[in-house]
Amino acid sequence: MKLEMKDAPGQLVAALRPISEVGGNIIAVIHQRDRKGERGEMLSVQIVLELPDQRLSDLIRLIREQGVNIQRIGHERLLYEKTVIVIGHLIHTDLGDTVDRIDCTGFAEVTGLNISMPAITQVSSARLVIKAVNKEDMEQAMEILRRVSREKDFLLVEPLEEVE
Amino acid sequence: MRVAILGMGSVGKGLLQVINQKDLGITVTAVADSKSALMDRDGISIEEVLEAKKIHGYCGDTSLSSVDVVTKAAYDVLVEVTPTNATTGEPALTHILQALTRGRHVVTSNKGPIAREFERLHRCAAKNGVMLRYEATVGGAIPVIHVLQQGLAGNRVRAIYGVLNGTCNFILSRMAAEGLSYEQALLEAREMGYAEADPTYDVKGIDPAIKLVILANTFWKKTVQLEDVDITGIDMITNDAIRLAEEEDCTIRLIAEANPERGILRVAPRLLPLSHPLVVEGTLNAITIETDLAGEITLIGKGAGSVETASAIIGDILFIRDFHAGSHKKAP
Repeated sequence: MKLEMKDAPGQLVAALRPISEVGGNIIAVIHQRDRKGERGEMLSVQIVLELPDQRLSDLIRLIREQGVNIQRIGHERLLYEKTVIVIGHLIHTDLGDTVDRIDCTGFAEVTGLNISMPAITQVSSARLVIKAVNKEDMEQAMEILRRVSREKDFLLVEPLEEVE
Repeated sequence: MRVAILGMGSVGKGLLQVINQKDLGITVTAVADSKSALMDRDGISIEEVLEAKKIHGYCGDTSLSSVDVVTKAAYDVLVEVTPTNATTGEPALTHILQALTRGRHVVTSNKGPIAREFERLHRCAAKNGVMLRYEATVGGAIPVIHVLQQGLAGNRVRAIYGVLNGTCNFILSRMAAEGLSYEQALLEAREMGYAEADPTYDVKGIDPAIKLVILANTFWKKTVQLEDVDITGIDMITNDAIRLAEEEDCTIRLIAEANPERGILRVAPRLLPLSHPLVVEGTLNAITIETDLAGEITLIGKGAGSVETASAIIGDILFIRDFHAGSHKKAP
């Protein structure tokens, strides 16, 4: 998101503090000074951040309360994360294809893969981290993974998610 | 309170021992095993029955059978603890129906008939004005049915999650603790007497699925069947998988899940944070109930064992005595 604030001591910190308050994670901060005539020197800041699901509106409110103007909010992307374990003949059933089936959706991605292969005849185990924009997309990605697991005789171990 | 006990396996014997040791006001007027039966309206000698079973392998008169006990003995509550048959529910199903029809309460640890014929049995009990209680069918000593029916009365149960099979939990927790393979942990479970020679029922998730059906029938709808449950066992779990889970501060447990809002009835290995209340060790069972009023409640306890199962059965017998006293027909 792009923020605009007075170039005064403490302003940037005040603008960033709400991000940690809502459990967000700052990935990058880019800032530049602009001359804005009568309004004095303004600081324009672009922030790339990760937020827990559904916390964006809280963050917007908190930042505005700090007297900081939000100029623009970019696209929400891959904010929802899930870790699963897959057991089976992962390599011989084309691991690339398994990952692709998620990646090609456009709304979910496999962002982490840890694999353990004991011996050529034995099954492998893998830990997959999947990211999606929101919960609905994640559920769709999981449905794809369930289908692939049935097709390729994998055991898919999903996280237990309780009622909210 | 006069009870007739059908079945002299570990549960039946454990129950007799507890009734003998504790002054609970329970008189055993009949017992039956697969080969014989014994009846005495004034109460049988529990010590003699246990001794006879030990010496001869059967408890009483071989000319009498369990059906004689059900139809002729003088009792207020029939305790049905014969070995379970998940497919037909027999012979327990017939025993229970005959006792209910005779106007007698029934307490059972027998999963088969309760999971198979939940609605029919409850209709029969209601028609005859008697109670059918089955606390011992799910979670061993954990009083989950009492909690659902009495303690949480008025709540809407949103979901139940549980570790309902001690054998699987033992195998998974030993794989995690000692780095054992699935086969090694299963072997250890057998040596400890936690797994049967044929462990299919447990490790394929059928046993916890039957228990899930009973829970779902209790709090959700009375027509849930085993075929409605999506079942995956633990026999494909590798030690690598558990290690990969642990790297994320998680582990794997076999979880039975019933969620009416999402239409889920599932038994499957799941990833859980190590700090999760359902991550219990060894043969323990654990059940989390999510409700609209009470929020989340988790019960943890011993899921099997003869005295532990006896605890659940006695709880049911005394509940009937205390809350349903006098409503049964007097035995002749």
